[in-house]
Amino acid sequence: MGKYIAKRAGYMLITLFIIATFSFILMKLLPGSPLTAEQKVTAAQRAIIEAKYGLDQPILIQYFKYIGNLVQGDLGVSFQLKNQPVTKILMAGVPVSAQLGIWALFIGTFFGMLLGLLASIKHNTVFDYGANIISVLGISIPSFIFAGLLQYFVGVKLGWLPIAFWGTPQQMIMPIISLSIFPMAISSRFLRTEMIEVLGSDYMVTAKAKGVSNFALVFKHALRNALIPLITVMGPMAVSLMTGTLVIEQIFSVPGLGEQFTRGVLTNDYSIIMGTTLFFAFFFILVILIIDLLYGIVDPRIRLSGGED
Amino acid sequence: MENILEVKNLHVSFDTYGGEVQAVRGVTFDLKKGETLAIVGESGSGKSVTTRALAKLIPSPPGRIKEGEILFEGKNLAQLSEREMQKIRGKDISTIFQDPMTSLNPTMKIGSQVMEGLLKHHKISKKEARKRTLELLDLVGLPDAEKRIDQYPHQFSGGQRQRVVIAIALACGPKILIADEPTTALDVTIQAQILELMKDIQKKVDSSIIFITHDLGVVANVADRVAVMYAGKIVEIGTADEIFYNPKHPYTWGLLGSMPTLDNEEESLVAIPGSPPDMLNPPTGDAFAARNEYAMEIDFVEQPPMFKVSDTHYAATWLLHEHAPKVEPPLAVQSRMKDNLHANVPGERKKEGDRS
Ligand SMILES: Nc1ncnc2c1ncn2[C@@H]1O[C@H](COP(=O)(O)OP(=O)(O)O)[C@@H](O)[C@H]1O
Ligand SMILES: [Mg+2]
Repeated sequence: MGKYIAKRAGYMLITLFIIATFSFILMKLLPGSPLTAEQKVTAAQRAIIEAKYGLDQPILIQYFKYIGNLVQGDLGVSFQLKNQPVTKILMAGVPVSAQLGIWALFIGTFFGMLLGLLASIKHNTVFDYGANIISVLGISIPSFIFAGLLQYFVGVKLGWLPIAFWGTPQQMIMPIISLSIFPMAISSRFLRTEMIEVLGSDYMVTAKAKGVSNFALVFKHALRNALIPLITVMGPMAVSLMTGTLVIEQIFSVPGLGEQFTRGVLTNDYSIIMGTTLFFAFFFILVILIIDLLYGIVDPRIRLSGGED
Repeated sequence: MENILEVKNLHVSFDTYGGEVQAVRGVTFDLKKGETLAIVGESGSGKSVTTRALAKLIPSPPGRIKEGEILFEGKNLAQLSEREMQKIRGKDISTIFQDPMTSLNPTMKIGSQVMEGLLKHHKISKKEARKRTLELLDLVGLPDAEKRIDQYPHQFSGGQRQRVVIAIALACGPKILIADEPTTALDVTIQAQILELMKDIQKKVDSSIIFITHDLGVVANVADRVAVMYAGKIVEIGTADEIFYNPKHPYTWGLLGSMPTLDNEEESLVAIPGSPPDMLNPPTGDAFAARNEYAMEIDFVEQPPMFKVSDTHYAATWLLHEHAPKVEPPLAVQSRMKDNLHANVPGERKKEGDRS
């Protein structure tokens, strides 16, 4: 197991290196520079600033410097925010985004699984159809629509909850709900489909023939088997949460990673963009690794080589 | 001999989009203590549905027990609630299913799967249950039980899995053991091994056994009595000797004619022509009439009642009516009956000691 994780960590580093290289190239191909957003700068001033940040050097040199710093854990400094190190800016945003994302994931999958489970047990009833409509809507309507609707009705019209910023529980409710709709919809749909298939399988008849109660049939025998395929949608779910935070944080002015990324893009703040890109990439690869490890834990047929058997 | 189970006029239907599939249409039989009753018939004749109905394992919807009684120890199971059935399933009535590749939970250790029934029905500790499970695995001929008990189904071959399924069914010492084609899904070589195991278990446990098969050759070795099913009905029932040496129903003749024996060459096998009727619209008369070369006019109009041949032997064919012409079984079957006499297959079991 330890050997396997070490191997995967090695692959992770290689992947990150490739992503760093690509984001560097893409950044250089982008039109504009950090300085275009500033007020008028004279050519002389421009030259001084470019020299300061090393932007006047050949691209290859810039690249090696960038990678060299990266290896030392240095993501450079922001062009716009008073020379603050990018790592420091990231570290300020990550906890906020993580809080938002984890709550949304937790609440979304919890209610989604509850909905999917009930729908599968009450298969082909009004409840099932209702749950199905909810999940189709949740999957097809983007989260910013929910965010807008919540903001308008609950925030502005009813005045129940603050429409922006982050910190108090009241401020957190609407962003979390908006972001949790997609994980809820997708996990509900998947669990329902899988449960219906599992509940109809031969081994459920075997279990029932032993005299197992209906409760144990669902929770002891069926659920674990139905959860395995749900792990596969965790990847897409993580992506949706990451892109979701970009938008949701913007709408609710949540000072997280997403908002910093958006600001970085709008102001051509290269180092912020590359820093957040790398961070998102790192996070995504980590999720994939966790998914693979989870498979091994939940499904005995996929015990990893070197694992206990 | 005392009856442990009496099934009376059992009807089971499935409500499908196409209409009502009448899978079982008035099945009546009893099961005596300690005996092995074989149920034979082509695929689709309602063997599985009949026996699953006994423990109320028919998925509902779409299935339902439409009519009839299932009397077990003075209780009519057809009327029992789901909760009361849970106390009977696995403890008094248990089933060995057909396909071992799909009938075990893939994410549960086989030990836990065998133990589950024990823990549910007997007030014993986990430790005792584990000990009993090891004994069971031993009984079904699974070597290295101490190690195997903590493994998962995918680590077992088909034959080994079927042994586990048998251990699960035997766990609580059921009064009635239903074996639903326990060898059909296995490789031919493994089939023989599992059949040997079944015969071994038949001697060791005192459960009454219902052994389902579509292969009469298997029946000869294991059954005390045989029920022949066709299109959701029992068309002939009798002792193994009566069914093999004095069959009365043309369908039984057909089955015997298509049964390979030790001395017979493949070429003399005669398959029954045609195919079973559609149970969405079962025919008005005798369901076998369309495939029956001895069919009379009345066969197409009215279903025959069960005619008594002996105290233990009944058959539902108009040929047994007093006005029917005398008809001899086809020659192929007659010679086969003689061959069976030579092979003396059903007799062999008697020599092993009559357990009754
Ligand atoms: N779930 C179901 N829905 C509809 N029809 C079914 C279902 N299960 C069994 N049947 C029908 O019941 C009849 C008897 O099936 P079965 O008892 O499995 O036959 P056998 O075990 O003798 O091969 C068949 O015609 C089959 O199509
Ligand atoms: Mg069957």
